[in-house]
Amino acid sequence: MNPAFSVVIFTTIAGAAQGLVVTLALALLAGMPLGGSFVSTALIIAEVMLLIGLGASFGHLGRPERAWRAVLMWRTSWLSREVIVLPVFMGIVALWWIALRMGVDTVLLPMAAIMVAGLLWYCTAMIYACLRFVQEWAQPLTRVNFTLIGLSSGLILATALAALAGETGLVQVVGPHALWVTLAAWAARMLALRHNAALKHKSTLQSATGIKAPQLVQKSMGMSAGSFNTREFFHGRTLAMLKQVKLAFIVLCFFLPAVLALWGIASGSVLAWVLAVLVQVPGLIAERWFFFAQAKHPQNLYYQVVS
Amino acid sequence: MIGWLQDILHANAVAEAPARVNPLPTVKPPVSARAEQGETLAKQLALVIDLNVCVGCHACVTSCKQWNTSGSAGPLADEKPYGANPTGTFFNRVQTYEAGTFPGTDTIHFPKSCLHCEDPPCVPVCPTGASYKRKEDGIVLVDYDKCIGCKYCAWACPYGAREIDEERQVMTKCTLCVDRIYDEHLPKEDRKPACVSACPTGARLFGDVKDPNSEVSIAIRERGGYSLMPEWETNPANQYLPRRITAVVDDSSVGDKK
Repeated sequence: MNPAFSVVIFTTIAGAAQGLVVTLALALLAGMPLGGSFVSTALIIAEVMLLIGLGASFGHLGRPERAWRAVLMWRTSWLSREVIVLPVFMGIVALWWIALRMGVDTVLLPMAAIMVAGLLWYCTAMIYACLRFVQEWAQPLTRVNFTLIGLSSGLILATALAALAGETGLVQVVGPHALWVTLAAWAARMLALRHNAALKHKSTLQSATGIKAPQLVQKSMGMSAGSFNTREFFHGRTLAMLKQVKLAFIVLCFFLPAVLALWGIASGSVLAWVLAVLVQVPGLIAERWFFFAQAKHPQNLYYQVVS
Repeated sequence: MIGWLQDILHANAVAEAPARVNPLPTVKPPVSARAEQGETLAKQLALVIDLNVCVGCHACVTSCKQWNTSGSAGPLADEKPYGANPTGTFFNRVQTYEAGTFPGTDTIHFPKSCLHCEDPPCVPVCPTGASYKRKEDGIVLVDYDKCIGCKYCAWACPYGAREIDEERQVMTKCTLCVDRIYDEHLPKEDRKPACVSACPTGARLFGDVKDPNSEVSIAIRERGGYSLMPEWETNPANQYLPRRITAVVDDSSVGDKK
């Protein structure tokens, strides 16, 4: 597939915001003493991230002015479900922030935030995982990866914010969780990569055309220049570049943040956590870009040769 | 205001038939109902493509473009038609494949348009309900006024049958000439898809595949009609008739003839 930047930005930034909110909610539910101003600042940051993500997702629409229609088909469409759950999540974050400002102490909003964040990860991942013929996506690990990567980035962001705000108690508790979740996300992503490397695509040129000959090649896709089918479903990059992006996201999204987290835990350094965030951001984008680019759509069998 | 409220309330119930090309309002188009997911329909219009006789002339491609670009739904985009990289929206493409190894190769021209699957994976994923399958004849359509151009349906089609119109920014696809096949202002022999009328070799058959006595059903039954990518269980309504194998006559046997 040709990765759409709007979707890459939306899924990574919203995922991290969800992770941040879940971290705060879990910390509060665990009874950690947190400064009210820290929590409300972090919630504002999460809400702004979600707004940026929402804005980016509009960039993927040809007719953004009709976007409201996307809530209608929630009975059958995961995309529709995501379109409903995202604003619900944003609403819960906003309500929670208002409750904090008004001094209302409630466990209901953090609990709702955790549940809806989980639901949103599930919906986002299922948009891709439900397409059974995109075999790189149609596997349970897609859901695991969207959740774990969102949690990892949210935990690291939360720890960095806590370190900057001088919430050392939170850093000491959340920091180790940021490390092991990042390692778990790394492991799950490597499993998905292994699954995809061993993948045998069910569709062949023979099944696509029904022409039984073992030797079968396309001579013409039926047009002299490109079409939607050649633009939307091919990333147009070399295999070498794909390999580099894969290496880049393993290093930037998982390896370096884990090393920096370890440093942060061991030394109590604020810089380590800030660096971990700065390093992970391009890593997250590279990871999601690769997620799309690696998927081989069966329609590509029909669009191989221009002549 | 009321319009969009009604849309929300009746999102699943009714979809208007697309506007017809012919403006004379003598016969109202039937209001079409949506088929539910997995519903078995009594009628399923489809094309059957005979790979024995398609000569790859692209007449179906141009006639399809002509009919569908002239309709009331608006022209199908053509971008940079005289530039180095012209591109545009088409509902139908003719591709060419070569089977076997030289010199014993077979050139197969292969027209491909929407297959109007009986279990279309593109329909349930549509978040707005713009994509739907008609209950009365199984045609898969896009309501251009409801499409938000998210392209998710195209991702959900393994055949690459859908193309976004880059000018209108809505998803478009073969309509089986729904604005033509029911048009009573046309002579009866013209009430078939433009590609079928245009084909000079009769490689495109059109009819109801649920009617066992229709031309298409007989062709599928008697000539081994098959569907594309059966592995995804989309049940394409359009089917293809395979090349009939003719015995290869090699040089030695020619010389030996008595």
